[in-house]
Amino acid sequence: MTASSPAVARPRNLMVSLAARGFVKIGVLPVLVLVALVVFASMSDNFLTVENIHSALRQNSYIVIATLGQFIVLLTGGFDLSIGAVTALVSVSTAMAMVAQAESSSPLTAVLVGIAVGMLVGMGCGLVNALGIASLNINPFIMTLATASAFSGLALMLTSGVPVAGLPVEFSDWLGFNKIFGIGVPIWIAALAAAGLWVLLTLTRPGRHIYSVGSSPKAARLSGISEFRTLLLAYVAAGGLAAIGSVLLTARIETGEANLGASLPLQTIAAAVIGGVSLRGGSGRVIDAVLGAVFIGIVANGMNLAQINSYYQMIVTGAVLALAVVADRLRSRLAVAVYAGKV
Amino acid sequence: MTEPVLRVRGLTKKYPGVTALDQVDFDLRRGEVHVLFGENGAGKSTLISIVSGAQRPDGGTIEAGGRAVELSGVAAARALGISAVFQEFSLMPTMTVAENLVMGSEPGRFGFVDRRRIRRLARERLDEFGFRIAPDRLVETLSRAEQQMVEIAKAFRPELSVLILDEPTASLTDEEAERLFALVEEARGRGIGIIYITHRMAEIRRLADRVTVLRDGRLVTTVPGDTPDEQLINLMTGRVVEDLYPELPVPGTDVVLAARGLTTFDGSVRNASFELRAGEIVGFAGLMGSGKSAAARACFGLERVDSGTVTIAGQDLTGAKPAAVMKSGVVYLPSDRKQEGLFLERPLRETVTLPWLRRAPMSTGPLLRPGRERAVAGDMLRRMQLSPADPERPAASYSGGNQQKGLLGRALLGECTTYLLDEPTVGVDVGARVTIYERIVALARAGSAVLVVSSELPEILHLCHRVYVFSHGQITAELTGADINEEMILRHMMHWGEPAAKDIA
Ligand SMILES: Nc1ncnc2c1ncn2[C@@H]1O[C@H](COP(=O)(O)OP(=O)(O)OP(=O)(O)O)[C@@H](O)[C@H]1O
Ligand SMILES: [Mg+2]
Repeated sequence: MTASSPAVARPRNLMVSLAARGFVKIGVLPVLVLVALVVFASMSDNFLTVENIHSALRQNSYIVIATLGQFIVLLTGGFDLSIGAVTALVSVSTAMAMVAQAESSSPLTAVLVGIAVGMLVGMGCGLVNALGIASLNINPFIMTLATASAFSGLALMLTSGVPVAGLPVEFSDWLGFNKIFGIGVPIWIAALAAAGLWVLLTLTRPGRHIYSVGSSPKAARLSGISEFRTLLLAYVAAGGLAAIGSVLLTARIETGEANLGASLPLQTIAAAVIGGVSLRGGSGRVIDAVLGAVFIGIVANGMNLAQINSYYQMIVTGAVLALAVVADRLRSRLAVAVYAGKV
Repeated sequence: MTEPVLRVRGLTKKYPGVTALDQVDFDLRRGEVHVLFGENGAGKSTLISIVSGAQRPDGGTIEAGGRAVELSGVAAARALGISAVFQEFSLMPTMTVAENLVMGSEPGRFGFVDRRRIRRLARERLDEFGFRIAPDRLVETLSRAEQQMVEIAKAFRPELSVLILDEPTASLTDEEAERLFALVEEARGRGIGIIYITHRMAEIRRLADRVTVLRDGRLVTTVPGDTPDEQLINLMTGRVVEDLYPELPVPGTDVVLAARGLTTFDGSVRNASFELRAGEIVGFAGLMGSGKSAAARACFGLERVDSGTVTIAGQDLTGAKPAAVMKSGVVYLPSDRKQEGLFLERPLRETVTLPWLRRAPMSTGPLLRPGRERAVAGDMLRRMQLSPADPERPAASYSGGNQQKGLLGRALLGECTTYLLDEPTVGVDVGARVTIYERIVALARAGSAVLVVSSELPEILHLCHRVYVFSHGQITAELTGADINEEMILRHMMHWGEPAAKDIA
């Protein structure tokens, strides 16, 4: 038998109950962020300075932007493993276009041409993914794994593996190091991208279509939604976001690199999952993805300040991902209990 | 009086904002069919999900075979001989029928499964029930009714003492249901206690030894199986339900949708010709797999068409995509609400409004207006008498009948010229059916063409101006007026071979 009277099922400890309810309501992330902040603040005096927080956020804005792209694709029930290769290819083509254009025109024109080329390349890569997945029905995992290989091959081929240097200094000045109202340009752009994506997903029809296709492709089709167009939008947007991140990163490092972003597929998926985005598609919010990415950034920054060896850092990142998934599972189980009024 | 096989006392289950079960007492005797009866959302599925170990209660006791038991999971319940067929199926879609049938007790040697034996066991099990389904088929390729059969075959195990069936005939036709009744009666004869949930009065007449009525999660009473229908409905709803079927309006004459010589690629429909007229309610009757459903799906672009044409509002839309068909004012209600209708983890509002977001109050340009959308959805849920009528709850948290009402509400929201409704009242309680039938008739009165595909004979008999009977993929009769009677329909349902002379081909 189960609880012999309803009274027995009541929580015994109010604190435990409140903690469990809070955990269910807001998820693991705020808890993890708090733990990370406390740990790193105690390990390094420099951690909780305005200076450091700003620089951590700036470094992190590239991952945030890429994670937003990964997030859209996850919402449709897919994956984008090519996000790192797209970043590399965009970096290389932006740099090459800029260098070529700079010979014959003003820096402003060169920078604009470079950015335009980068954006087109990024969205073009997204288009290739979308066509394979939406019209040839190739599994997103396989398709983006294949294109990842092809895109990074292309990037290496274009540069023969040598970084593209000689970019106009204005490019790095404007997009890499510039501040507006005391806040770095990449942070502004990451915030704008997040806000734009939020508007797309919650306030527009195509955004709603992304959720519905991810939740049940069959039911979406029966509602007259075009799966093809929806996936096209998602993958092209993901390519576009990867391109934005890549252009900013290229401006920061002042060269076009064919090996940029190699760890992005893992990092972006990890960020989204830690944030609580479902891998089955159809559920997750922009804020979840952003917080997940920010958390990964805090951990990396804290470990840098604490002068933890980068090999250990990789191990920690992997462990944190696994931990977050376990914690998330615990949360859904607790949610059932709380839902049922047991806690 | 025999000792009950199952005794439930003070059972309570709460969800946020809803008490699904409130101090319910329930007894099940050996060798009886005990029907659970109640409105959508009354707590029937919740009760059996607790008794079968799928959910834990918040309070109360369960005794099986005279001993207090703790049902920690479905496996624990099964070990006590309690086995259930749930309203929402629990089969593994990517596994074969055979694998699903033996799941949890796979025969094998040294840790390897013995595929051949699994197949043979499954074959035997299916034959025993007379279900003609190949054991090698993947579950995801089965129709809802076929899945239902596999679920039933899976639940009948040799060491059974309590068998639980939650709306088992919801998508079966009379023919298939008849076979199930025989099985249930045979099980009763062997001393098995059976909990049977249904909204169909005829099944209560046919099977019930006792009926327990639930309302709003509370026990109303337990009465003998021969209690008159009106009294049961009265106990269930707390009010008197008069005529179930409203009077039909005079049909129009304009043909809205016409199919000529329609043949689908997979042969599920062959050379079918039919038409729907404005202001008319047309019925498709037939057994499972007779093509009645496939014919409707083909009109909506969900089946590959091999030959023949579908013309809608004068436009040739043969093989067009659902989106294109919808543009010409057609809406389709799928019979499989979980697979093809609902966005389960999303708020029910999104399921309801998705096809119509483009409409005036809900968006301006590509921008949504969340407030308006919420109002439209909430309004429709209230009009369809959903409980709870809260559009922000996830679709999955609604009871089966309420999910169905939500989907139907979505179809009605379309203000279309043609409605293709595949099993519109699956799982809906008698009281709510009255509302649904009224709405369907109101559609016709307003000049829409309505197609009702149904495996429930009464719906075909009382709701339709004209009926096409399907058998083996072909239309075997077109009936109107006094010809729409049980005898004629059944005769043509069983009909083999060439279409009858009345076919309009
Ligand atoms: N997972 C859930 N989360 C929240 N509420 C739920 C959940 N499952 C059921 N409910 C609520 O519990 C109540 C009882 O639901 P239940 O499924 O037992 O109804 P039912 O009698 O089987 O109805 P139906 O005839 O429609 O199948 C309903 O109000 C329903 O909304
Ligand atoms: Mg139910």
